[in-house]
Amino acid sequence: MDIVIENLTKRYGSQKAVDNISLKVATGEILGFLGPNGAGKTTTLKIITSFIAADEGKVYIGGKLLSDNYNELKKHIGYLSENNPLYQDMPVIDFLNFCAKIQGIETSRIHNRVNEMIRITGLKREQHKKIGELSKGYQQRVGLAQAIIHDPEILLLDEPTSGLDPNQIVEIRKLIRELGSEKTVILSTHILPEVEATCDRIFIINKGKIVADGTAESLRNQSRSSDLIKVKIEDGEPDQIYNSIKSLPSVSIVELADRKLNRFDIHCADKNVKREIFRLCVEHNWVLTEMIPFETKLEDIFHDLTMN
Amino acid sequence: MKTTWIIAKRELSSFFDSLIAFIIIILFLGFSGFFTWISGADIFMTGQASLQSFFSIAYWTLFFFIPSLTMRLIAEEKKTGTIEMLLTKAVSDRQVILGKYLATLILIIIALLFTLPWVITISRLGNIDTGGVICGYLALILMSAAYTSIGMFASSITSNQIVAFLSALFIGLFFHFIFGVIAGDMKGILGQLINSLSVNVHFESLSRGVVDSKDLIYFGSIIFLGLFLTEVSLSKRNAFK
Repeated sequence: MDIVIENLTKRYGSQKAVDNISLKVATGEILGFLGPNGAGKTTTLKIITSFIAADEGKVYIGGKLLSDNYNELKKHIGYLSENNPLYQDMPVIDFLNFCAKIQGIETSRIHNRVNEMIRITGLKREQHKKIGELSKGYQQRVGLAQAIIHDPEILLLDEPTSGLDPNQIVEIRKLIRELGSEKTVILSTHILPEVEATCDRIFIINKGKIVADGTAESLRNQSRSSDLIKVKIEDGEPDQIYNSIKSLPSVSIVELADRKLNRFDIHCADKNVKREIFRLCVEHNWVLTEMIPFETKLEDIFHDLTMN
Repeated sequence: MKTTWIIAKRELSSFFDSLIAFIIIILFLGFSGFFTWISGADIFMTGQASLQSFFSIAYWTLFFFIPSLTMRLIAEEKKTGTIEMLLTKAVSDRQVILGKYLATLILIIIALLFTLPWVITISRLGNIDTGGVICGYLALILMSAAYTSIGMFASSITSNQIVAFLSALFIGLFFHFIFGVIAGDMKGILGQLINSLSVNVHFESLSRGVVDSKDLIYFGSIIFLGLFLTEVSLSKRNAFK
């Protein structure tokens, strides 16, 4: 099932939480939904779950209009919300049984399905404890288990790895990737490496508006901050090398990083820069001992796009 | 229907797990029993093999206890945010409301079932009017159903349980008491109209052993209106985060 959002707007009072957003997520795609706090991510997700209604715009899920078919479409959505609200006074296993029943799983399959969820999320030892007695990380696992228990075709995860330990984060990301191969996943997060590790596509919103939509690669290309190359050139005078590199057409800025070791930081304007540096060295008989490309970090792109 | 029942079962077990159910049952039996058997216009004073004194005591005890059962139903879920988790699952608002309503009503009926030994005791003391007793219980159940519905509505308009409790009592007080008092001071059609809004009038006529369709329609209307307003109020969740 795919998700198509057209011109979605949601106001809280006079403030627009979501401002004319359009978005398509294909089946089997994992979309990283990024944005600073209060950008409208959670509001958008809540609208897709039909928990709240949009003021303007339409949402289609699997080609069906959400506002007309929400009771039917809700069955196909698994949702882990930001604060992960759970019934604190219920034991884990009772809660998952309740979720399984309410999601309409056949009675004969409930036992197996609940056990499978407990295994996947590593809750075996905690299954008889009350949810309120669990640590935040374990509660997060319960939240994830209840979101995927009915094997939904659409998975909406609002900061799924918050509160988890590093091992568990790796496992959960792997799980999301596995699930994402056949499901439509929207993953809202602040953690940028997480997006790079799990998502096929990145969607950034700021103050309710779209600021970027594309793969990590295409966002790097769009970004104003250029790629950086660190080089070390031996057998030459630092100042002479510095001036020669500076005169290259594909180089925008050169910095002499370390005079003793002849290290330079080169900000490139286009992709020819590596070839040009190589030819320059050959021409002058310098020895190029190091050339390390540094990709623009997603953090920088995020910063550029959301800080103006 | 199945989903409604699943929600009702969870709600009912939550009543028992949190001990609310036990406390309410014990308090209800304690209060009602004290005034039925030991103090005031009790059975030994009236000297009749009748449950009238129990019914008129339960009329008041249920009025106070029901808001304390209904106050948490929706308000608590709003406060903790679990309402979001619940309503984003394959359930409709209506199923959630009906499930919770059903659970509360079942708990009240369980509490009333515990008074059956009193019926048996009294029937041994003298000639009891079985029809009257059945109608009395019917009146208590219908009244409880009406107040539960009002309590649900009060719980749906706030995320604060105390506010829900007081709102339910406030709304309930009009039906329980104030309409009757106002009507007493008035003459003519308006007076009759307000009088017919009073729970007391319909409760009395039912518990005297007369099942009139007017009374059934009256309680049915309050139940329906309360549940309907609860659904309207729950669907207006856009504003809360």
